Amino acid sequence: MILEALMAAAFVGALTVFLAPDEWAGRLAFAISLIPFAGSLSLWSGFEAGGNALLGGEIAYATRIEWLEVGGRSVSWFVGLDGISLPLFVLTTFLVPLAILSAWTPVDTRQSQFYGLMLFMEANLLGVFAALDFFLWFVFWEAVLVPMYFLIGIWGGPRRKYAAIKFFVYTNAASLLMFIGFMSLVFALGDSVSSFALPEIAQAIAAGDLSAWFGIPPDRIAMVAFLAMFLGFAVKVPIVPFHTWLPDAHVQAPTPASVLLAGVLLKMGTYALLRFNFTMLPEQASILAVPIAAVAVVSVIYGAMLALAQKDLKRIVAYSSVSSMGYVILGLIVFTEYGIGGATFQMVAHGLISGLMFMAVGVIYNATHTRMVGDMAGMADRMPVTVGILVAGAFGYMGLPLMAGFAGEFFIFVGSLSAPALPYAPAFTALAMFGIVIVAGYLLSAMQSTLFGPFELETDYDVGPAAFHDVAPLAVLLAAIIVLGVAPDIFFEMIRDAALPVVEGVTVDG
Amino acid sequence: MVNGLPAVTALLPALLFAATGLTLLLVDTIRPDARSNTSMAVVGAIGSLAALAASVWLTASGAVNPDSGAVLLFADAIKVDTMALFFTAIFASVTALVLVAAHDYFHDHDNPAAFYSLVTFAATGMAILAVANSLAVVFVALEMVSLPSYVLVAYLKQNRGSVEAGLKYFLVGALSSAIFLFGISLVYAATGSLILSDIASASIEGLTGVLGVGIVMMIGGVAFKTASVPFHFWAPEAYEGAPAPVSAFLSSASKAAGFVVAFRVFTEAFPIEMAVAANIDWMLAFAILAAVTMTLGNFAAAVQEEVKRMLAYSSIGHAGYALIGVAALTVDGPANGTVMGAAMAHLLVYGFMNTGAFLFVAMAERWGVGRTFADYAGLWRRAPVASVAMAVFMFSLAGLPPFAGFFSKYFLFQAAIDNGFLWLAGLGAINSVVSLYYYSRVVKALFLDDPASPSALDAIDVRPTALYAAVVFAAVATVLLLPGFGPVIETAEAAASALF
Repeated sequence: MILEALMAAAFVGALTVFLAPDEWAGRLAFAISLIPFAGSLSLWSGFEAGGNALLGGEIAYATRIEWLEVGGRSVSWFVGLDGISLPLFVLTTFLVPLAILSAWTPVDTRQSQFYGLMLFMEANLLGVFAALDFFLWFVFWEAVLVPMYFLIGIWGGPRRKYAAIKFFVYTNAASLLMFIGFMSLVFALGDSVSSFALPEIAQAIAAGDLSAWFGIPPDRIAMVAFLAMFLGFAVKVPIVPFHTWLPDAHVQAPTPASVLLAGVLLKMGTYALLRFNFTMLPEQASILAVPIAAVAVVSVIYGAMLALAQKDLKRIVAYSSVSSMGYVILGLIVFTEYGIGGATFQMVAHGLISGLMFMAVGVIYNATHTRMVGDMAGMADRMPVTVGILVAGAFGYMGLPLMAGFAGEFFIFVGSLSAPALPYAPAFTALAMFGIVIVAGYLLSAMQSTLFGPFELETDYDVGPAAFHDVAPLAVLLAAIIVLGVAPDIFFEMIRDAALPVVEGVTVDG
Repeated sequence: MVNGLPAVTALLPALLFAATGLTLLLVDTIRPDARSNTSMAVVGAIGSLAALAASVWLTASGAVNPDSGAVLLFADAIKVDTMALFFTAIFASVTALVLVAAHDYFHDHDNPAAFYSLVTFAATGMAILAVANSLAVVFVALEMVSLPSYVLVAYLKQNRGSVEAGLKYFLVGALSSAIFLFGISLVYAATGSLILSDIASASIEGLTGVLGVGIVMMIGGVAFKTASVPFHFWAPEAYEGAPAPVSAFLSSASKAAGFVVAFRVFTEAFPIEMAVAANIDWMLAFAILAAVTMTLGNFAAAVQEEVKRMLAYSSIGHAGYALIGVAALTVDGPANGTVMGAAMAHLLVYGFMNTGAFLFVAMAERWGVGRTFADYAGLWRRAPVASVAMAVFMFSLAGLPPFAGFFSKYFLFQAAIDNGFLWLAGLGAINSVVSLYYYSRVVKALFLDDPASPSALDAIDVRPTALYAAVVFAAVATVLLLPGFGPVIETAEAAASALF
């Protein structure tokens, strides 16, 4: 019941913070958010399960209680973790307290509602990664949108309304598409499944229980379902050309919301792709391997080129997320132990690094009230610590060895170079690697013009070192990135353990 | 009946409603002073909560159970089964919410007393409608619901909109009542009986045409009560002109009352096998009505500028969804009980979310902030709790997952697909997408838009406690029905399956 306890802590915490006075809502929310973090650390240290939760592996901390039954199919409260979801679960509980800290300075209106929404979102994010029943998962999945919509729409920048509505419409339309895709699988499985439990459905598909439905042959249903789910998740990830909501949402969102959006919400998309598309329908994935790999490489290159063209620091980081997510897709589609494992590892690594970048840009913005590359120069003089950490984070983004980003990308490239399932794998890998060069290009040029040289900024504000509670989360994130880069095995062991069954085609031994 | 109670105990909810109505008249006679508003609201709310408790108790205690325990009374004219109790629970919940909210809405009205007793008497009619096992009882009960409703719509008699709405409602209502009654007489002519089960077993040799015309006319009566095409014209006018608590009552409880007629009468009196054999395919008629109703309601709602009118059209759209419960039925369909049960569950959830939404409009009318989307801009800043509740209603009506409206709608569509009605479910899904557009406009106005002028929010100068309580309670119920959906859908499914 420990998973439930952690989600409940975040949820009850959200209600408490809603009712708390604005003056100390931030401190209260931070204190409350440490409870799930502490809990998830104990989950991590006590984690012993092996295998993939969907493919008959052992499920850690599982609870299954029947919720309701309609038309011969039951929906249950079914949660549990395996080697793929645990790292993301820990990532979420780790990022939320830091994001809350980063909100202390910029958020100065309606604090109790702001922090309440942050904790409410955390509860739902934890649910997304822990849920093993489709309906439960979908409820959490959609429930994440609502607080994010309000966080952007109320506390966002000047064009917040447009950004919030665009975010809401894009992701909801995508959810509907994905929902229809998944449901057509469930209907095609007919009586061979009696619940919406994901393990049961995944194993039934693997056992070949898909049958014709409304006269449509099973192969075609599987392909249509794969495409519908892929498109649905592609918006969330986002993959080019479905990425256009992302820069708007990021630029308008307040810093803490950006941190969670880039750090965790995007991972929902890649996590779901792994869980649904690649675990449940590996055959369809291998048929579409070349186009998907092409899309992944296009995302890498095109995202990076878009970042290169931006003047707004936040937009640069936002577009570079598109690029990084391209690596994750590439890692997933190659279907090798290191590819899928590396993709999952990269989800965590990118969560930390992009969180750090958004937070650092936010700290600079708090002081200068501008994010435009041309508006400022020489920030290193005034904010040495912040800038130092930002530079370190940028190098992490570029893939400096001994930092988490390097490990993730390295695993993906190792996995994709020798991918038997993907034709022309070396060519795709080489193209994707070229993306790193562009990343280095835009990050270095942006940093050079804003951070170094003589200080220059037209402002009435007194620009000085940031407050301790602004810098502390940056330092903690940087430390985590280095730890994960030096010792990737602390996560990679369990990830690989859960990724192997996906790679091995599918075996049912439950 | 268990526990050795007399069989008439099964009518307890209806009796409680009637007693409450009479008590309200008594209270009004004893204390016709200004303070009677509060005492009326309290008495009315306690009475309807007692009726709710009675119907839940009768269901839960197994006194009436879906397998065998239907209680027949008065020469089979009354049949109390789980379905009747389920619907009575909907009526009682909505009535309680409306009566509590009315306390603040009518705070400065000259004569609020009649309002409470009229609502309660209409609810009595609904409770009887739910248990009617004879077409005669159906008609009498239907009129018992309609007559107080006409008066309620025109309750603000100094307000021209209210009076006009009342007249329109009355004219359409009188016409459709006549059609319905004529339909009953034709059915009687063809079968020689008014008791539902006897109609089903009667020989209709050579009189199929008469029966068919009768059935079509009865469909017309149902369409009026549920505000479905083609008798939906009254709904936007009546809901818009009526006092908002009355709109809430009509669009939630009265609509559900129309559905209980459809669900029970058509499946019991004209069983599917018989209907198909006699080529009187009322399921097809309902399927077409469902498709047209949901599409028309949703698309018309999308172009409205006034929130109340938008809710009126959305209410028509939801009637279209609920009609799937009598449309997606086939001979020996594997999911006949499930689809009707899902429609019942949807009506229950809808009872809370739609009542809540109209009561939020009631609150806006009480504040006097205006009627259009633009007038609602930025209300969140002054009324955060009520605005959050309204957002819950809107998202739930649209069928977004974290709320109960998602489950009820989803299982309705799923059951329709299981029964082979993919097209109807698909159309429903498309309509749900359309509906997200206009529901989210309300949320956008409340939370994201800036008020037209800084002083626009000064109208919000009071905190009507009872209205707040009703709105918040409806919101909490809308949220809690998601985790608590299991017992609801299972009861509804069992109740509906007993009809097939």
